[in-house]
This record gives sequence, structure tokens and C-alpha cells, in this order.
Amino acid sequence: MRRIGTAVAALVALAAGGVAWLAAAGLAEPADAVDAPVPAAAPDAARVRGAYLARAGNCALCHTAPGEAPYAGGRAIDTPFGRVYASNLTPDAATGLGNWSADDFWRAMHHGKSRDGRLLVPAFPYVQYTRVRRADADAIFAYLRTLAPVARPNRAHALRFPYGSRAALALWRGLYFRAGTYRDDHARDGAWNRGAYLVQGLGHCGACHAPRDALGGSARDSLDGGTLAESGWHAPALGGGAATDTLTGAARLQDLVAYLSHGVSTRRAASGPMAGVVAESLQHLAPEDVQAMATYLLALPAPVRPAHPAPTASAVLDAGARLYDRHCADCHGADGRGAPPAYPPLAGNGALTLPDAANAIRLVLHGGFPPGTAGNPRPFGMPPYRLQLGDAEVAAVVSYVRNAWGNRAGLVSAAEVDRHRALSLP
Amino acid sequence: MGTVSSSSAPKTGSSAATRKVAAVCFWAWQWIAAGVAAAAGAPSARAPDTIAARVAACDACHDAAGRASAEGYIPRIAGKPAAYLYNQLRHFRDGRRQSPAMTSLVAHQTDAYLREIAAHYAALALPHRPLPASRATPAVLARGRTLALDGDRARGIPACAACHDASLGGVAPDMPGLTGLPRDYINGQLGAWKNGTRRAAAPDCMAEIARALGPEDVAAVSAWLATQPAGPLAAPGPRPAPPLRCGTLAAP
Ligand code: HEC
Ligand code: HEC
Ligand code: HEC
Ligand code: HEC
Ligand code: HEC
Repeated sequence: MRRIGTAVAALVALAAGGVAWLAAAGLAEPADAVDAPVPAAAPDAARVRGAYLARAGNCALCHTAPGEAPYAGGRAIDTPFGRVYASNLTPDAATGLGNWSADDFWRAMHHGKSRDGRLLVPAFPYVQYTRVRRADADAIFAYLRTLAPVARPNRAHALRFPYGSRAALALWRGLYFRAGTYRDDHARDGAWNRGAYLVQGLGHCGACHAPRDALGGSARDSLDGGTLAESGWHAPALGGGAATDTLTGAARLQDLVAYLSHGVSTRRAASGPMAGVVAESLQHLAPEDVQAMATYLLALPAPVRPAHPAPTASAVLDAGARLYDRHCADCHGADGRGAPPAYPPLAGNGALTLPDAANAIRLVLHGGFPPGTAGNPRPFGMPPYRLQLGDAEVAAVVSYVRNAWGNRAGLVSAAEVDRHRALSLP
Repeated sequence: MGTVSSSSAPKTGSSAATRKVAAVCFWAWQWIAAGVAAAAGAPSARAPDTIAARVAACDACHDAAGRASAEGYIPRIAGKPAAYLYNQLRHFRDGRRQSPAMTSLVAHQTDAYLREIAAHYAALALPHRPLPASRATPAVLARGRTLALDGDRARGIPACAACHDASLGGVAPDMPGLTGLPRDYINGQLGAWKNGTRRAAAPDCMAEIARALGPEDVAAVSAWLATQPAGPLAAPGPRPAPPLRCGTLAAP
């Protein structure tokens, strides 16, 4: 909280200091503002493609309120700056996109501006969607127009002052947003470029996997790992295809493809917010698109992890080992190898030995099921232990699995576990 | 892998060619199985291919037998009607019932799987945990009993028994029982219907009934119901015709 306050003070000082060009950069619309619409090959084909691309962008996830009509908006999204509500995207004239043109839609996707010029809040991931090409944006728009119109007025955001003001959004955009579609890197092959286009653009993977500063901004196209403020989940750095692997070559690519499209692989299981990304979006993509994304991720430089010495014998690790035998070994095995894809292995699982232990703590506290997908329709679950184990016990067993069977990572404190108990689910 | 001796091929093929394919498949299978065993080392954990093993995670709260927990809030699920349980799992997933603990577990499961899970618990005929003694006064319990068995006609409140079965034990496949549930849970559900955070398919008869009940009625009926032990399973049916229309019930 104090950090954010300081940052705002610094921002205000910056602005007052005459760095007004920042705001100007945020407001000005470059010359290519409204790219000429690309005539769609065949309207029906465009709609089908649009439905597919909307899946790749996971638009329905945010734009559908729980238990309500798809795409009619109203879903609340909590941010460190307050609560915002996603808009109605159905073609209702009064409350949705009924009166929008393809150019209006493009302005929203590419420039983050509403039809009336209002600056949109970046909880709408236009920082990533600006990478999307005009033809693809048009196809999504064509698809949205085929939905049944639903009259549902948009709800006003509940952002704390000054975050929702036009001035603050303009400043934010000046700092963190540059409009621009993806451009192929001709030194790379088609699969790499397709993967980069999907990951950086519609997939908006950076919305979770990029580190954020106090103002919620991040470096462009970064996938260096980020923590989700409201739930505490850590979205790991994705360089090298993610932290996990001892696999190499084709097996490594295959494992990552399985994780992204089925939610489980021989090495790991998707959980928390990533389970939603797999279930609602990635499992529906064509195999060659998932393969392309995996190809791109594997080609990114792997993150440098701090080396940890082998743990010295300690009472905490002994207690953790006893708890593990009693509560966990039935599923994950005394040797930590699990029984994939039902129970993920813990030995050699890089998801456990991330510098930030958040995900392992959250799984032990709250349990979880990998997503039900076409490739894994009846997942096995992990029980929650928050009612059975105290903070010190959870800390001990998580410290143990982070350091057993050759795993190496820092120990976890009871205070850290306590902090996670207080954060919201999932 | 070397040559494949035809003597090891299953003798079912009608021609030499099919025999050869079968043999290669057989050897390939052995080789893959050996590879998997080698990669896994000494078999460690095993995942039994049963629905019970898949949903063992649920037992942390609903007990291995799916009974109500001693926690005082978590409801029993064993022996409840299958279609009712399936609807509840969908409602948690789709936001028509609010419970972050439940929603986070079923958020990304398919209808087909939720149906299978519901059928699994519905078929568990298990004795339920004995209920804690009530601390409510005899007058409150008597009021609760009257509401449950006779209703309050003057105020348009039908008897709970008119729908939930004369035994209050529920009727398969979609009418839940009201027995064997913790008082706080029943209280909580009636409150959730009143304020719209629990919703069933329209017309939502339980929402109408909950709104007709005053705070004392809710306290009384919850207290009395929580003294009624549950049988192992809901009655097989047929269900009595409900006095109000309930969208969640299948047409009789
Ligand atoms: C992570 C959540 C999230 C995702 C994913 C998302 N949106 Fe949004 N979207 C929002 C929010 C929040 C707003 C409201 C922004 C505002 O009003 O300032 C919004 C606003 C919009 C608007 C502007 C509507 C208006 O009335 O001004 C459009 C258009 C839009 N989204 C389209 C899409 C499309 C198309 C996709 C998928 C490619 C998508 N969104 C995916 C959260 C999301
Ligand atoms: C809503 C936030 C969110 C979005 C969007 C998201 N992820 Fe994730 N991702 C997570 C979280 C949280 C985890 C850690 C959970 C886990 O380990 O299962 C994760 C884990 C992963 C992992 C496993 C990493 C490892 O080291 O084991 C991969 C790979 C991954 N994500 C890829 C992607 C890709 C590709 C996209 C874009 C298509 C994406 N994610 C979008 C939140 C997100
Ligand atoms: C009933 C079987 C079962 C038991 C018992 C169990 N787990 Fe799990 N565990 C799972 C399953 C299934 C997953 C995958 C969950 C998911 O993806 O949401 C999992 C995932 C995990 C993960 C994350 C692995 C990854 O790839 O992201 C950790 C860490 C973990 N378990 C630790 C433990 C610990 C510690 C205990 C004991 C306190 C335990 N588990 C007990 C089944 C179990
Ligand atoms: C963390 C504890 C916890 C776990 C684990 C858990 N539940 Fe629940 N469950 C609850 C609570 C609490 C409620 C009551 C929610 C409410 O207030 O409406 C509930 C309610 C239910 C209900 C509704 C019962 C009724 O009579 O309406 C069903 C069905 C159910 N759970 C099934 C499951 C299944 C299946 C699983 C495993 C996938 C599971 N639960 C795991 C805590 C849990
Ligand atoms: C008109 C028929 C009808 C009457 C009368 C009725 N109910 Fe219900 N009740 C239902 C239906 C249908 C459901 C299942 C709703 C669903 O599918 O979510 C239900 C569910 C419930 C539940 C949820 C059970 C659980 O395990 O979560 C409670 C509690 C409940 N009723 C209490 C009462 C009480 C108390 C009364 C009497 C004052 C009553 N009901 C009278 C039809 C009725």
C-alpha cells in the first residue's frame, strides 16, 4: 500500500515537473490509428475463425458474469487499484456493441479506447491485444455480431482515486503502452512466429506471467514471472518452456504441449488460474497452434535460478518428512515420483522449487483439481489441508518437498503460510 | 528390437501379413511397457482407476463416507439424489451458489464428469454421523416441527414435507432430504436463497419459500431439522406433486 502511495506521489511529481509529453504520448493516436479494414474472404469463414480467435483470446472468461449470458459482461475483476467490470460485448444497441463499427472495435483492441474515446482500463489486456492483426480483430468482431443481443448495462468501475481518472490512465499509458501489431521476425521460422504472435497477442500470457511494478505496469512482452496480486498465485517465468524440465528435445516439447492442451503431463499439472487458461482457452486450440506456442516458449532464454546448497539436517525438515509420509505419500509416493498423469511427481518438479513458494503453499492449503479437458476428462484431485494442518505444519511439509529427492529451494516460514490463508480463492 | 519370431505372434490373424503386424504390435507394446517401468523405477504411488480415488480430495471435508462433518457447517452428500447433487455441482461451478471452497475445486470440470461424481455419491448408502444435541428451547423446536410438517397456511408457507417427502429424507432423483444436516448449514442455505446468492432453475420455489419465512421461522425450522437423523438413501420415488412450481424438478 505504502509502495503504491509513494509511486503515485512520484508520478504526480513527474507530471508536475513538466514531463507532459508522457501524457501526450498516451493520448495521441498515431497516424495508423484506424488501419483500413481487411475485406474478409467469406463472411461465414471469418465468423468461424473469429469464434476460434475469441477462444485464443479467452474473451468469454472475463466478459461473462458467473451464471449469466455469455459475453454480456458484468464480471467483476479485482485489481490492486479497485474493482472493475468487463463490458457487454453482445450486439445490443443500447448496452453492448450494437452500434459499433469494425473501426470502433479495432480502436478498442489496438489502442485501448472505447467508441466514445474513453481510455479503457488495462485490466482489459489491450497492452497484449495491440499485437493482434487487423484481419484477426475483424474476424472476432464479425463473430461477436452473430451473438444474441443481451440488454445489460455496463457497471461503473469502483477504482480508488486517482486510478480511474483520465489523467492517471493517460499517464499509465505513456509509461507502459505502445500500440503496434506483431511483426514477423524473418530470422525465425513460421512456427516460432506463429507462437510468438499468439503468446504475445491474443494469448495475453504476459498479463499474468510478467513481473509488475507498483503501478501494475510491466516491460513489453516480458514473460519473466509475475505474482497475481489478489490471489497470491505465482505465474512462473516461461523462458525455456518453464522451470520444470529435465527432459530434452522432442520429449520436452511434447511435455509442454501436453501441459498446455490437456492440463497434465508426465512432469506437472496445471492448477489455480492456469487451470482456467487451459480449460477455457488452450485446450480448444488447433494442435499446430499449441505446438507453435510451445516452440516459441522453449526458444526463450531460461530464467537464471539462484543455486541452493543441499539443506542441512533440521528439525523442520524432519517434521516435514513425517507429515509427508502420513498425508502425502499415498498419492505422490515415498520417492516423490507420483503417478502421472493422475498425481504429478514432486521429485524434479520445477514448479515446486520456484524462488516463490506460493503455488505449493496454496495447493497444500486449498487443494485443487487440474482442469477437465478432452485429453484428461476425469482428473484426480488434491485434498485441501487448511483444516487439518497448522501454519507451521504446512510450512514444514512444503519446505520438505522443496528439498527432498534432490529438489533444492529455500525453506518456507509459517508467516508466509499465514499470509496465504488470508488471500482469496482460487 | 531384432526380428520378430512368428511363434510369439497371437494365432488369430488370417494371413501372414496380419500375423506379422500383430506380432510387431505385441513386441512394441512389451517394449513400451518395459520402458515405462524402467522410467518409473520402483513403483511408488499408484492411482487406482476408480471414481472414489479420483474424488478422494472431496473427503477431506465431506468425510470418506460423504457424511456431514463435525465442523458444524459442511453438509453430507452421500446418499443424496443424483440429479440434485449434479445440479449443485454445476451451480457452484457456474456461480449460482457461492462457496469459494467448492467453486475452486469444480470450476473447470465438465458436465459429464460432474454427473459421474454426483452418481458416485448418490449411490453411497452409508450410516450417518450421530447429530449433536440441540440447544434450542422446546418451544422453538415445536414451532420448527410444525413448520416442517404442516407449514403455516395463513402465511402461505407450505409444509417442507409436502415436497421433501413425508419422511423429510428426500426423493430420488432430484428432491434433497433435509435430515442429517447441520443447523448452521440449513440456516445458511435459507439465508442465501433470501438474498439471491443461491439460485436454482426458475421458477425457484425455494427462493419463494425462504422469502416467506421470517427470521424466527428460519431459526426454528433449522433447529428442529438438525435434530432429525438421516436415513442412508433418499426414497426411490415417485415424489409427491409439489404445491409450488419448481424449475429444478424434472417433470413427473
Ligand atoms: C482479463 C480480462 C479480459 C479479457 C481476457 C478480455 N477483456 Fe475485454 N474488457 C475487460 C474489461 C475489464 C473491460 C472494461 C474496460 C473499461 O471499461 O475501461 C473490457 C473492455 C472491452 C472492450 C471495450 C468495450 C466498451 O464498451 O468500451 C472491448 C471491445 C473488449 N473488451 C473486447 C474484448 C475481446 C475481443 C477480448 C478477447 C480477444 C477481450 N475483450 C478479452 C476485460 C477483459
Ligand atoms: C490468469 C493468469 C494466467 C494467464 C493469462 C496465463 N497463465 Fe500460465 N500460469 C499461471 C499460473 C498462476 C501458473 C502456475 C500454476 C501452475 O503451476 O500450475 C501458470 C503456469 C504456467 C506454465 C507452467 C510453468 C512451470 O514452470 O511449470 C506454463 C508453461 C504456462 N503457465 C504457460 C502459459 C501460456 C503459454 C499462457 C498464454 C497462452 C499463459 N500461461 C497464460 C497463470 C496464467
Ligand atoms: C489424493 C491424492 C493426493 C494427496 C493425498 C496429496 N496430493 Fe498433492 N497433488 C495431487 C494432485 C491430483 C495434484 C494436481 C492438482 C492440481 O493440478 O490442481 C497435486 C499437486 C500437488 C502439488 C503441485 C504440483 C505441480 O505440478 O504443480 C504439490 C506441491 C503437492 N501436490 C504437494 C502435496 C503435499 C505436500 C501433500 C501432503 C500434505 C499432498 N500433495 C497430498 C494429489 C494428491
Ligand atoms: C474445503 C472443504 C470442502 C471440500 C474439499 C469439498 N467440499 Fe463440498 N462443500 C463444502 C462446503 C462448505 C459446502 C456448503 C457450501 C454452501 O455454503 O453452500 C459444500 C457443499 C457441497 C455440495 C452441496 C450439498 C447440498 O446438499 O446441497 C456438494 C454436492 C458438494 N459439496 C460436493 C463436493 C465434491 C464432489 C467435492 C470434491 C470435488 C467437494 N464437495 C469438496 C466444503 C467442501
Ligand atoms: C414446493 C416444493 C418445496 C417445498 C414446499 C420446500 N422445498 Fe426445500 N427444496 C425444494 C427443491 C426443489 C430443492 C432443491 C433446490 C435445488 O435444486 O437447488 C429444495 C432444497 C432445499 C434445501 C437445500 C438442501 C441442501 O442440502 O442444500 C433446503 C435447506 C430446503 N429446501 C429447506 C426447506 C424448508 C425448511 C422447507 C419448509 C419450510 C422447504 N424446503 C420446503 C422444494 C421445496
